[in-house]
This record gives sequence, structure tokens and C-alpha cells, in this order.
Amino acid sequence: MKRRLILLAAAAALGAVAFSGDRFWLQFLGKAMIGSILAMSLDLLVGFTGLVSLAHSAFFGLAAYLLAGLSNRFDLVNPIVTLPLCVAFAAGCALIIGWLSLRATGVYFIMVTLAFTQMLFYLFNDSPALGGSDGLFVKARPIEGRAAAYVAIWTAVVLVYLLLSRMLRAPYGRVLEGILGNEQRTRSLGYPTRRYKLVAFVIAGALAGLAGYLDATLHGFVNPAQLGWRQSGLILVTVLLGGKGTLYGPALGALLLAFIEHYGERVTAHWNALIAALVIAVVLFLPRGLAGLVPGTRRA
Amino acid sequence: MSLSLFVLQIVNGIEYGLLLFLVASGLTLVFGVLGVLNFAHGSFYMLGAYLAWWLSERTGSLLLAILLAIPAMVLIGVAVERLAIARLYARDHLSQVLLTYGLVLLFNELQRALWGNDVHGVRTPAALAWTMPLGETQTWPAWRALTALACVCIGVAMRQIVLKTRFGMRVRAGASNAEMVEALGIDVRRLFAIVFSAGTALAGLAGMLAAPLTTVYPGMGENVLILSFVVVVIGGIGSIRGAFFGALLVGLADTFGKVLLPGFASAIVYAVMAAVLLWRPRGLLGPAFEGR
Repeated sequence: MKRRLILLAAAAALGAVAFSGDRFWLQFLGKAMIGSILAMSLDLLVGFTGLVSLAHSAFFGLAAYLLAGLSNRFDLVNPIVTLPLCVAFAAGCALIIGWLSLRATGVYFIMVTLAFTQMLFYLFNDSPALGGSDGLFVKARPIEGRAAAYVAIWTAVVLVYLLLSRMLRAPYGRVLEGILGNEQRTRSLGYPTRRYKLVAFVIAGALAGLAGYLDATLHGFVNPAQLGWRQSGLILVTVLLGGKGTLYGPALGALLLAFIEHYGERVTAHWNALIAALVIAVVLFLPRGLAGLVPGTRRA
Repeated sequence: MSLSLFVLQIVNGIEYGLLLFLVASGLTLVFGVLGVLNFAHGSFYMLGAYLAWWLSERTGSLLLAILLAIPAMVLIGVAVERLAIARLYARDHLSQVLLTYGLVLLFNELQRALWGNDVHGVRTPAALAWTMPLGETQTWPAWRALTALACVCIGVAMRQIVLKTRFGMRVRAGASNAEMVEALGIDVRRLFAIVFSAGTALAGLAGMLAAPLTTVYPGMGENVLILSFVVVVIGGIGSIRGAFFGALLVGLADTFGKVLLPGFASAIVYAVMAAVLLWRPRGLLGPAFEGR
């Protein structure tokens, strides 16, 4: 109950920022909320299904690049057309990569998703037609105006949260929980676990694509570093910092991390060392993340 | 492609593969024995290269720098194992990935703070600055030949140690069941520390040998890290023999990819990996250590 109040208050506060019209805060919090979408969707895999994927940034980047391509080459920006296209493209790529990666389990899965991410990174980084290492500008954006983009992002965060929490309470989510607990037992109960995992992988990939679409809309440009493995690592960090296996933890963790990054940058040029220290400290001393500090709430 | 160019590409591919083997063998050894997936392995490669550059500037000799840097790498390995990795043996892969990812960020920042963002060239020792002819038009630098030779020697030595010595027997036993080894009265903590620092030293040495060939630059470890992962996945995690064949395969695929399909060179290696995985999901020679 308390958790729901905190979430409502956070959502209302973030929504109210839209009316302030302050350019910096719209951009900053918009980016932070995109991080929330990424963290929540990755948590579906990491915290609820037990799949540690390093391919999440790839789907983010693929959707963003597709938007840039549609806008620059075909003058296609209308969100009614481009949004479903970009999200479906991310989902399709997730289907292929997931189908291949899920043949492997455990650490093999981690390494294979990592390898696919780097493959895509080099594909975009090395190819001048795809913008090379500089990336691409999105000349015309689907949603013009920062406040409008911010409202779209805010709506997306709320919808993604509601969708995922609904899904996890549904029978489908229960099966995922079974896979997390003991995959063999779930399989022996008659559930085709690999197909369940693949569906989760595709949904998470589609949501990462949504985040990428919104990011390209907000910033108006994409670059290959956004789909590299370090980005995937950072999303994993967000999930763990917030608390895997809870939806609100990673969602709020992304906001917290954005603030740490922003103010850390002001304090020292070596703020990456701060992030590194934070990551190491969380892994060693707070394995259940910040949500683990909240008593009595284990699952969303 | 002329014959001499073809031979040169084969030589280059094998040489690159051997260097990758040096890095990947440490990675696979640490995973096989300690059960830890170490993302910081690439950082050790980078540290080795930077130490080789920095010490050779100070001492004026690359060989002396390497002799000094190897013990330094061993010490770094022991420190990292004791302070961080040792706390993770009972934890899941996610914690290992994240902690070692944190170490990657830390080492990158350390490198930036100590040595800056410039690219540095490392000179090969004057005694090894000559080249040997290969066919009519191509040549093979002596340093490259020496690097390949060193990799082969280390590979053979590693095989002899793991298969023929008492210590190697403990390593193999630790890989198949660490708890049982401990129950038999062997100090597993010490064994793990030795294996981890050996892996660190192998990665560092590979960086030192590569420093004159590739120059020394920020982020050089990450490319090698990902390629070693590919090597290890192809070969089967935990298998040193698998890492050897995987490394040669990746080295040749990369070298020939650069000549035959220039735009897609980096992607070819991953295509090879995907093909191997479709055929054998646990790698060519895996699983040597089931259940870890």
C-alpha cells in the first residue's frame, strides 16, 4: 500500500514537471524515465525469468536507428506509422537473437547475447552508410517540442509499468516465476519453458525498442555507443541497484542513477570511478538492491 | 589472391589466434576452476599493454619492462581476487557479471587518470627490429614471430602443468568439484588465488606482447575481451584445448574477413560463433566442466 502511494506520488511529480516548461529538467527527467523503461523491461528477464541478457541495448539502438533511417531517407515521421514499425522491428530482431541465444543456457547465454550486441555495434560503428562512429541525426522528429516528447515518455513509463505488473500477475507471469525458481520442474509440469522465455525476451526487446524510439525522439540523434555492451551493463546495474525482481525498484533506480551521474559529473571529472565504486558496493553489500531495504515487499 | 599473400594471411591469422589464445586461456581457466565469469579480464590485457609502454619508456627496454610487469600483474591479480572476486564464489552469475563490470569501469578510469587518453606507440627492441622474407614480396617481422613462438611455448607449458604436475591435478580436481577438493584437505582458497593471478598474468602478458603491434590506447581491452568470450564460447567454456582451436578459428576468420569482406570483418567472427552454436550449443569441446 505504502509502495503504491510512493509510486503514485513519484508519477504525479514527474507528470507535473511537464507543465514547468524548463528545458533542462524536461530533457534530464525525460532521459531518466527512458532509463526506467529500459530497467523495468530488462528486469522482466533478469529478475522475473532469471535470464541475464546483455543484448538489451541492442534493441534500444536498433529501434532508434530505424527511426533515424525512416525520418532521413523516407521522410516518414508520423508516430502512428513509425512507432509500431520501430517497436515491431525491435521485437523481430529480439525474436531472431533470442531464438539463437536461448539455445544456450547460463553463462553461455550471457556471452552469446554479449556477442550479438557487439556484432551489431561494429556493424553500425564501421559502416559509413549507417552513420559510422559519429551516429546519425534524426532530421524530423515524430514528436516536435520537448514538452510534448516528455509527456509521451511519461505516458509510456506509466503504461509499461501497468502492462508489466499486470502481465506478471497473470498466469503467464506465474510460469515465468516457475522458470526462475526451477526450470526443469516447470518443464516437467508440461510448460514449454523455452518458448515462454523467448516470449519474455521478445516483449522485453520490444519495450527496449520503445525506449530507443523515445530516446531518438527526445534527443534527435543516435550513435553506436548507445547499443554497445557497456550500455547493456549500465542497464543491468540499474536493475540491480533498484532491486531485481521488483518493478518499482529498477524504475526508481534509473531515476536515482541519473541524479548520481548528473551531480557526480559536477563534483569530479572521474565520476565513472564513483559509478564503479557504487556498483561494486551494491553487489557486495546490497545484493537485493535498494528495494531490499524496504521491508515486507519482495515482488511487484 | 596470390600465393604469397595467401600464406601471409594464414600466418597473420594464426599469429593473431595465438595471441587471442593467451587471453582466452586465462579466461577459460578462471571460469573452469573458480566458476567466475570475469569481465575484467580485458582490463588486465589493457593494464599489461600500458605497463609495457610505461615501463619501457622508463627503463628504455621493452624486454626489461615485460620482466618487471609480469610480477606486477600477478600482484594485481592476487589483490583483485582477495578483495573482490573471493566474495563471489557462492553467488550467481549476475553478481559476478556486475562486480567485474564495475571493475572494468574502475580500471578504465584508473588508466585515464594515470596515463590519459593518448595513443602510444611502443618500439620493438632493436635486436628484434628485423624482418624475415616470406615469398617474393611479403615479409614477417621478427617481433611477430617471437610473439607467436612465445604463445606456443606458453600453451605447451600450460598443457604440461595442467596434465602432468601435482598442482595441475589439483587444478583439474578443483574444476570438476571444488568442495570435494576442499574436503580432501587441499587449501582451495590458495589454489583459487594462484589460478586467478595466473589468468591475470596471462592476459597481461598478451597485452605486453601485443603493445608494439597494435599501439597502446584506451579501451583496447574491451575488443579483446569480447573476442575472447567468442573464442571461449566456440571452444566450450572451461576447456583450454577448446580455447586453442577456437582462438585459431577466430584469428583466421578475422584475418580473412578483413581481406575478403572488408566492410563486415568484425561481424564475420560473430557469424562463425552463431554457426558453431547452432551446431553445438555448448561449444566445440564443451562441456568440460558440466554444471559450473
